[in-house]
Amino acid sequence: MTVTTVHTPAPARSGFSAGEYITCLIGIVWREGLRFLHQRERFVSALVRPLVWLFIFAAGFRQVLGISIIPPYETYILYEVYIAPGLMAMIQLFNGMQSSLSMVYDREMGNMRTLLVSPLPRGYLLFCKLLAGTAVSVLQVYAFLVIAWFWDITPPPMGYLTVLPALILSGLMLGALGMLISSGIKQLENFAGVMNFVIFPMFFASSALYPLWRVEEGSPWLAYLCEANPFTHAVELIRFALYGKLNWVSLAVVGGCTAVFMIGAILAYDPSRGFVRRGPGGEA
Amino acid sequence: MESFRYRSAFSPRPEEPAGGGRLEGRPRPRKYLSVAASLLAAALSLTTISPASAYVAFVSNEKGNTVSVIDTDTWTVTKTIKVGQRPRGIAFTRDGKFVMVAVGDDDTIQLIDAKKMEIVDTLPSGPDPELFTQDAQGKTLYVANENDNTVTVLDLEKRVRIGDVQVGVEPEGMMLSPDGKILICTSETTNMAHFIDTATRKIVANVLVDARPRYAEFKTDGSELWVSAEIGGTVSIIDPAKREVTGKIKFAVPGLRSEAIQPVGIALTKDGKTGFVALGPATRVAIVDGTTHEVKKYLLVGQRVWHMEFTPDEKYLLVTNGVSNDVSVIDVAAQKVIKTIQVGELPWGITIAQP
Repeated sequence: MTVTTVHTPAPARSGFSAGEYITCLIGIVWREGLRFLHQRERFVSALVRPLVWLFIFAAGFRQVLGISIIPPYETYILYEVYIAPGLMAMIQLFNGMQSSLSMVYDREMGNMRTLLVSPLPRGYLLFCKLLAGTAVSVLQVYAFLVIAWFWDITPPPMGYLTVLPALILSGLMLGALGMLISSGIKQLENFAGVMNFVIFPMFFASSALYPLWRVEEGSPWLAYLCEANPFTHAVELIRFALYGKLNWVSLAVVGGCTAVFMIGAILAYDPSRGFVRRGPGGEA
Repeated sequence: MESFRYRSAFSPRPEEPAGGGRLEGRPRPRKYLSVAASLLAAALSLTTISPASAYVAFVSNEKGNTVSVIDTDTWTVTKTIKVGQRPRGIAFTRDGKFVMVAVGDDDTIQLIDAKKMEIVDTLPSGPDPELFTQDAQGKTLYVANENDNTVTVLDLEKRVRIGDVQVGVEPEGMMLSPDGKILICTSETTNMAHFIDTATRKIVANVLVDARPRYAEFKTDGSELWVSAEIGGTVSIIDPAKREVTGKIKFAVPGLRSEAIQPVGIALTKDGKTGFVALGPATRVAIVDGTTHEVKKYLLVGQRVWHMEFTPDEKYLLVTNGVSNDVSVIDVAAQKVIKTIQVGELPWGITIAQP
């Protein structure tokens, strides 16, 4: 080990070469990918959930929109077109939470020990895990976009490319949030609580299903709440990027929240500082 | 232009690294930089819609008593001209120098200088002129006077009235056959398309169509005449030679009551293969196959979509949305609405030409 440090001008702080970092990254992404591939139900359910919203819910609410033109749209749009970016973000929200659920599972089953024996910094391991989860969610979103295309949701061809950076950033934010939450969950069964207290409020109090001006007409307070919801900004970032535009405010909010959630998760998973008091045995 | 822009978006392609793209040792920041640059270029190229033409569209705003001028390069309103009361029918003169606008409540047709963008003269008409049409040479103008049940014939060069034709109640749609021999006038309350011989100025045939016919349009080759019926909810296909209805186009938009479907404006491509029909309160424009007369698609536009006009190159079709006070732009080839532009109050008619 000492020999390597002498030969390669690797970052002095940790004493590992970039190659070793990448090996670790590939390892974690590979595991996440395998887990995803082997759980076909998970992929199907990740795809069916937004499609149900698109085919059934949106059909029922067709007349809700088409009254006002809001950016990034330049003309009147059908409700299906409006909720598509919200559903893309929903895929990422569920994926982020599911990824966090898998952390709880890993901790319960003891698989996490394998990960934690790695000599690489804890924060880096968490980041790799986050990247892996994001990669999976981006794949799910693109699969959704392919099906949505047949449903007449046809953003400009370039939009499929420009939305990618937005998806990565929002995927990281939601993944980091999930990770932060997972640090506080001791048992798998508590995930139902996450559903009730995180996923539903975040999804419904956002611009995913209805434009904010509509919410404001109903209740200004709800509109403020929606405005403060980071998920709203993830949706708007994706919505604008899908049409080749950039929403600076959303970019700032999503970027900022990603950093805060990430730092929070790293601190929470730091055994010497963790938010949750653990027994003397360490994990579990 | 468009293809050039898209190509430019792809051009800063990252070069393949010598090591076959495999990540060894440390990441290559240059590669990432160039990928980021190409993504940025792609994003930037999208935000600028490439200019395709340099036409101007004049839109009559029925309630605002104004005419909005739209630049088709930037799709923005560049000027608003104050005109008389209740402007509706609007058209460029054949030489492109003037825009004629029928101001119904002032019982006249005003002439706007297309360059100076101000009213320079008026043309005589009967009471409440609504729609009008001119011959291919731009010498004769036929005006439907809604409240007088007459069609007024004007000499456009001398700017004087040279005759009248008595027609049914509330004449509206006006269209000349491509050979200029027959003038079609639809009367809203009589529910007829009158065939008027332009030489004798006499009605030679009346074809009964569905309730409240609003607009008539010929195919360029003169083989078909389409007449929209607002209350009837149909477009009648008339054989101009036999002077009888040979078919009817019916519309059904999922989730909309049939009463909400009120066909008004019609536009046919020069090749006669595609027809566009404005469906009024249905907030849709129907795309109809010109040969089979089957509805192929419905495009979502603003509320109470009324009249429409192609850009001279037939790349775009502009439609006026009365209640939502805007004009939607349809990409004809892509069959997509690409933009909606806010104009004055209650936009009604539209005309487009090279400035």
